[in-house]
Amino acid sequence: MIKTEDLVFEYEKRDDDGNVIGKSRAIDEVNLDIAPGQFIAILGHNGSGKSTLAKHMNALLVPTGGTMWVNGMDTREEERVWDIRQSAGMVFQNPDNQIIGTVVEEDVGFGPENLGVPTEEIWKRVEESLKAVGMLEYRHHSPNKLSGGQKQRVAIAGVVAMRPRCIVLDEPTAMLDPNGRKEVLRCVQELQKRDNVTVILITHYMEEVIDADRVFVMDHGHVVMQGTPREVFSQVETLKYYRLDVPQVTLLADELRKQGVDLPEGILRKEELVEALCH
Amino acid sequence: MIRDITIGQYYPAESRIHRLDPRVKIVCTLLYLISLFTFQSIIGYALATLFLVSCVKIAKVPFKYIMRGLKPIIILLMITVVFNLFLTPGGQELVHIGFLRVTERGLTTAVYMAIRMIYLIMGSSLMTLTTTPNALTDGIESLLKPLNKIHVPVHDIAMIMSIALRFIPILLEETDKIMKAQTARGADMESGNLIQRAKAMVPILVPLFVSAFRRANDLAMAMESRCYQGGEGRTKMKPLIYQGRDYRAYAITVLYVAAAFVAGRYIPFKLWIF
Repeated sequence: MIKTEDLVFEYEKRDDDGNVIGKSRAIDEVNLDIAPGQFIAILGHNGSGKSTLAKHMNALLVPTGGTMWVNGMDTREEERVWDIRQSAGMVFQNPDNQIIGTVVEEDVGFGPENLGVPTEEIWKRVEESLKAVGMLEYRHHSPNKLSGGQKQRVAIAGVVAMRPRCIVLDEPTAMLDPNGRKEVLRCVQELQKRDNVTVILITHYMEEVIDADRVFVMDHGHVVMQGTPREVFSQVETLKYYRLDVPQVTLLADELRKQGVDLPEGILRKEELVEALCH
Repeated sequence: MIRDITIGQYYPAESRIHRLDPRVKIVCTLLYLISLFTFQSIIGYALATLFLVSCVKIAKVPFKYIMRGLKPIIILLMITVVFNLFLTPGGQELVHIGFLRVTERGLTTAVYMAIRMIYLIMGSSLMTLTTTPNALTDGIESLLKPLNKIHVPVHDIAMIMSIALRFIPILLEETDKIMKAQTARGADMESGNLIQRAKAMVPILVPLFVSAFRRANDLAMAMESRCYQGGEGRTKMKPLIYQGRDYRAYAITVLYVAAAFVAGRYIPFKLWIF
């Protein structure tokens, strides 16, 4: 679905007069291969290049080196850019700044309108997408009156209405309260299972990635760790080195193991820990 | 306090006027406003009153709401009336106190002017009260479409208007937040003379603009990622299509304009000097 080969993105650092004083690599030779239908999580602290990577998947940024293929299309081919954006929809961090319509249903219809979908088909898609994210009853509301979690679900519906093969979510929960976070996450997981779309979740909340099929950890533009959540979270020390917090349960299990308690590596859920301790 | 401001003051109700196509409402309001300026006798204004009152009744908008629109123009209205009343020469002199004199012509122009202005505001308020801002933008876009031929970016203008409408409440909220934040840091916005108060606005405006630009950047990216590429090749979720009722509304308005024009100009009916 998404594949990169030695992907590099450089930007020029400029001083106050606009002179180039150096180059900085936001993404440094990243190689990814994401299969269709997977739930992928990309982790990293601020400035690790994870958002820059996300913008490449939508051709909002074009690589300065290496290649990125989305659904088999090279993002550097300018004439394919709209196809790429249709097949890889993107949800951003700030819910207020990505809702265009003044009514919920009009916002969801914005994408299909841009694609030139016929009117009746737009209505059908809007209804389906709003139903998929559980926001159908709010269709006539103004987005300003919704909670953060609801706004993000509307934004997701807006992407779903474009019938993408892949949804890239760039820290969709960073500005939400815990309830909103759960709401959005549940909605994304249901979509992934129901429509078999590829989901790429970019986040720095560890709790959100324990259900992912694969996890990538980024630091300074490199992919430094990858594997299943269990594989990644079993390396508590390495994660700490990359300034990432492991889930509390995993941390507790790790500390206990260090003290000599006999526990398996990579415990992710409370229930697992209880199970492991009681045996 | 800042949240009291309402722009595009829509009054939600289920009425025949609410359901009309926005284009009909815009065109009919324009026709009505023009008709107001063609009358030369009270009969025309009587018809105009009848038309306006029946429209308001059909629209189920309380009169109170329509009157509210008059508040900001009261001073302007008074000035117009006073100047017209005392400074128009012509006709018989009615009152003469010191250097002030009121002539027949002066009295009629003052009264006509007042009625015109009041109806102008009431007529356009009725339109904005019965049309959602979005429908209004759609209507304007569709009416201005011919201008596309002379390279006026009609679609873009309409898009800008609707985005502005969407962001007004967000930016109002943000202004409120910034004001509170700056007050908490010791900014004084309530006291001092006009210049001092204007200066006190700077610490509010600067962060507001910075954040507005950031939002604009985010929004542009979000629009691009959802394949927005301008008006070309775009379909509409809610296309404007004239219905039977829209044609009827056009017919009624045209009929009214014609009747009022003829009656207001050519029927020799006068109530005293009006």
